[in-house]
Amino acid sequence: MMMQERPSPFGALRGGVAKCAAPATALGALLALGGCNYSILDPKGAIGVAEKSLILNSTYAMLVIVIPTILLTLFFAWRYRAGSGARYEPDWGHSVKIEIFCWGIPTLIIAFLGYLTWTSTHALDPYRPLESAKKPLVIDAVALDWKWLFIYPEQGIATINEVAFPTDTPIDFRITSDAVMNSFFIPQLGSQIYAMAGMRTQLHLIANEPGTYPGMSANYSGRGFSDMRFNARAETDAGFNDWVAKVRASSDKLEADNYSKVAAPEEKAPVQYFSAVEPNLFNEIIAKYLGKAESFRSGMKGE
Amino acid sequence: MSPDSLVAHNGEFAEDHSHEPNNVFGFWLYLMTDCILFATLFAGFAVARHQYAGDVSGKDIFDLKYVGVETALLLISSSTYGFAMINAYRHKLGAVIGWLALTFLLGLGFVGMEINEFHHLVAEGHGPDRSAFLSAFFTLVATHGLHVTCGLIWMATLMAQLTIGRKPLNTVYINRLMCLSLFWHFLDIVWICVFTLVYLVGVQS
Amino acid sequence: MDLLGRMTWGDLAVLESPVIMGAGVFMALVVVAVLGTITYMKKWPYLWHEWLTSVDHKKIGVMYIIVALIMLLRGFSDAILMRTQQVLAHDGHPGFLPPHHYDQIFTAHGTIMIFFMAMPFMIGLMNIAVPLQIGARDVAFPFLNSFSFWMTAAGAILVNISLVLGEFGQTGWLAYPPLSELKFSPGTGVDYYIWSLQLTGLGTLLTGVNFFVTIVKMRAPGMTWMRMPVFTWTILCTAILIMAAFPILTVTFGMLSLDRYLGMHWFTNDLGGNQMMYVNLIWAWGHPEVYILILPAFGVFSEVVPTFSGKRLFGYNAMVYATVCITFLSFIVWLHHFFTMGSSANVNAFFGITTMIISIPTGVKIFNWLFTMYRGRIQYTSMMLWTIGFMVTFVIGGMTGVMLALPGNDWVLHNSLFLIAHFHNVIIGGVFFGYMAGYTYWFPKATGFKLHDGWGKASFWFWLTGFYVAFMPLYALGFMGATRRMNHYDNPAWTPFFDIAAVGALLVLCGIACQVIGLIVSIRQRHENQDVTGDPWNGRTIEWSTSSPPPFYNFAVLPHVDALDAFNETKKRGHEARETPVYSDIHMPRNTPAGLFMAVAAGMLGFALIWHMWWLAVISLVAVPVIFIVRSCNDDIDYYVPAAEVARIEALHNARVAKLEPAHVA
Repeated sequence: MMMQERPSPFGALRGGVAKCAAPATALGALLALGGCNYSILDPKGAIGVAEKSLILNSTYAMLVIVIPTILLTLFFAWRYRAGSGARYEPDWGHSVKIEIFCWGIPTLIIAFLGYLTWTSTHALDPYRPLESAKKPLVIDAVALDWKWLFIYPEQGIATINEVAFPTDTPIDFRITSDAVMNSFFIPQLGSQIYAMAGMRTQLHLIANEPGTYPGMSANYSGRGFSDMRFNARAETDAGFNDWVAKVRASSDKLEADNYSKVAAPEEKAPVQYFSAVEPNLFNEIIAKYLGKAESFRSGMKGE
Repeated sequence: MSPDSLVAHNGEFAEDHSHEPNNVFGFWLYLMTDCILFATLFAGFAVARHQYAGDVSGKDIFDLKYVGVETALLLISSSTYGFAMINAYRHKLGAVIGWLALTFLLGLGFVGMEINEFHHLVAEGHGPDRSAFLSAFFTLVATHGLHVTCGLIWMATLMAQLTIGRKPLNTVYINRLMCLSLFWHFLDIVWICVFTLVYLVGVQS
Repeated sequence: MDLLGRMTWGDLAVLESPVIMGAGVFMALVVVAVLGTITYMKKWPYLWHEWLTSVDHKKIGVMYIIVALIMLLRGFSDAILMRTQQVLAHDGHPGFLPPHHYDQIFTAHGTIMIFFMAMPFMIGLMNIAVPLQIGARDVAFPFLNSFSFWMTAAGAILVNISLVLGEFGQTGWLAYPPLSELKFSPGTGVDYYIWSLQLTGLGTLLTGVNFFVTIVKMRAPGMTWMRMPVFTWTILCTAILIMAAFPILTVTFGMLSLDRYLGMHWFTNDLGGNQMMYVNLIWAWGHPEVYILILPAFGVFSEVVPTFSGKRLFGYNAMVYATVCITFLSFIVWLHHFFTMGSSANVNAFFGITTMIISIPTGVKIFNWLFTMYRGRIQYTSMMLWTIGFMVTFVIGGMTGVMLALPGNDWVLHNSLFLIAHFHNVIIGGVFFGYMAGYTYWFPKATGFKLHDGWGKASFWFWLTGFYVAFMPLYALGFMGATRRMNHYDNPAWTPFFDIAAVGALLVLCGIACQVIGLIVSIRQRHENQDVTGDPWNGRTIEWSTSSPPPFYNFAVLPHVDALDAFNETKKRGHEARETPVYSDIHMPRNTPAGLFMAVAAGMLGFALIWHMWWLAVISLVAVPVIFIVRSCNDDIDYYVPAAEVARIEALHNARVAKLEPAHVA
């Protein structure tokens, strides 16, 4: 497993999970209603695993104060109801001890969570390359209206609404948009990042188990947003090579002159394979927004 | 509440409901919100100021001599407004109107020069729709210009009220003159920022 | 047809589908019925002189709350439609709302609930309570107050016009570009959004200035800063937040409209536009806005808990400091709304930590209410139920909020239904529960009679259970990878959760029905529930020392404040000091229709700009300053109430109280 090979920044986080095993079972039982559908809590890659434990650890840290507060609220509400005969001190309104407690306990918990925030945000930074003996696979993802275009610059192939990669290999997603703002997200692998036109964002993910994981745009982008979904296939090395061969067998090619047709707005776009792709297409998609002005008026006529 | 709370405090709080002292304070607060409005525009300008999109940069279009004259008009108008206020406190209506009229003309000159500058830019094909830099430039400078225009309308109204309307130069009107004075000097300060950050910095980079 | 700008017959949205046709016809019938009833009962002169032209803060407050309640119904019907759609639209079924309608509905729901429900509700409460709490006769600028209200009303009317004429935005409630740019949203929807919010935003900004001056300059003699009721403190901080945040909103929408109207490139994809700047700016307003909404709710709880625990507030000083802390911190957390934009780890971590720090003063507040209940004598009115419901619910919402504040968590939970559940948890469980408590608490002060408490309690229980049933499934769905704003989905495992959520929405519907019934019942039984003394709850602050509803001048004699909870201190000492008061003439502002007229012109300006009716835009743009200038030429804007008239009004009130006194003893 990949996680063992890396001098893992998530070691501390995973240790925390082990210590909290008992409450985790309780929470697990509570969530069992949805079975294995809790994709965020059923991660299939190292980033997702670390993020799951971060969610659980931060929740436990807060439950330390949240549960007693709720219980105390209900207890005081019952104990000091009118007619209960409990002690009544209408003019009591200050106590240094309680004030220290009021400020102190939240401060301690936030200090712990702040430390957790600082370390985990750096460790899990989407821009941070994953350390691995294997060479990372570069995939360019382009958000279109309303579908995803994936370009494999090293393999020279492209797809619509399906992406595949070998397991235990770091994937270096480079992301942009040729339409409005979207967010590139495969829940079971971990982090998401925005896709924005004229800009390139980055996301480093890894899959540690073979399987097909749903991917989507997580940022509303207009009419066809709900169907802006794709499948992410984590394959063995051999399976990935087969998949690449299958894409290369396609008769469609993605070239400069048919790109605008491929990129035209479309709802519920089917999966498409392109056996060849215009070199440097990804950079050109970004660069076209940095060009010179056309007349605004002539642009208006198109509306 | 003290036991004597039901006794009227005639002397001490007789002024409690005359709104006039609140006006200047309230207007000053409004100016602070305006300050945030301009600060936001300046921030937006800072983000967009190098986004020429193949069109002109500040170096190509700014004529510092022209803008210098504009600036001089506005700065002098601040001083003339100051004289109007001094005379207002002395209750010299004629002098107030005279200085206000001069201020008005200077302000009008400023707005006229700005419109002329914009007109030239648009005529030469460098309108606000050509690049983010030009959008930011037009928005920021025109927002200031619109404020100056509002100030001019306000000034004209006050002059009309004090002359044709024969309103007395009492606390109410001195307070109004005072608020406009705050507004006018505030716009001067904003213009100094515009002149520095847009024009002076713009011709260099 | 240049006269109508870009409007055509096709823009009559009512012709589009039977659902909208039904809604439109229903709305039209209601409007006609209301106007007809007013005309039939010959109430127009009364309405005009007593309400529409009023500059009395109490009446303006009531009108704000009426707007808020009407818009609550509108916003909630949007919620019901969304819940129904997500029950139906899965596994190949399209549901009954195509994206074109559904996207408008969730955009309208968010926009309405924040800008036209929560904001007017909050401003209504502060209008009713703050001048009375500080012992003032009105706000600092009564005319401006009337203008602010009518601007909000004009914005609300524009939003509702979009229902029948044209469309509303289909961009989500914050209209992120480039989706909201002309290229991707060429219709009138985003323009309705922009102009309705610009109108109400300007009104809100002026309200902020107005109340800041009122609280700073017009407190009763003796009311030092640390003798101010906590609600007034929270409104002071809210006013600061409004003054600092709303100009940013105005500029941001201004830039967006320049892009849309003049082809500028502030936020476009091309020619140097920067969509990230919009997101930063809108949240630089948006996060303080969250505290603009919640701080007054905290203020309400700080009044309700001591009153119904029969005990002074625990840790008054800490409460004030915590409020001020939150005010300042709220400006340095905005980036937590977009940890997924690719900022560096240092930036993300910084904003994550500042966000968490806000939970410290918030936690302090919770503990302070808790220890106010400690050794108290709690009376279980509906207000106290809202408060305890809030304390339990808000702690959970705060916890999920801190979870989202960790960038590492947010990267998987951002934009998910977990986020939706979180902010409904704090906005329903915090803001709305608080406003309902405040509404019930100050209702007798504003109207002179109490709300029926049984219906209030029923409403609370429906709201509480409805909230949990509706939003706990959404937390779970967030963990399943369900995002917000989905028109349909194809994961059968999600369906049961959406079904449960819909049941929750129906429970909330029952809660709203109880509120409406409760209001009607209370109005019918107003004589039984009359508040003769002006102090129905054994209150502690000075708004309870005047009659209910207070005379238009609020206090016959300005109170002198020499302690925190001044009225409670007075009552403890007994009313021994009831000597004959000496009245003097009272200086009051005259009513004026100028604010109403200016807002009507501004509303027409917005409408004209939406439909590109340039002639109307020019006329209404000129009309606004002209009306203002005409008003400024009028020197007869105030008058003196003679001392004799004050004495007569006070005598009537005293007679009513005296009649009650024997019953009081018995």
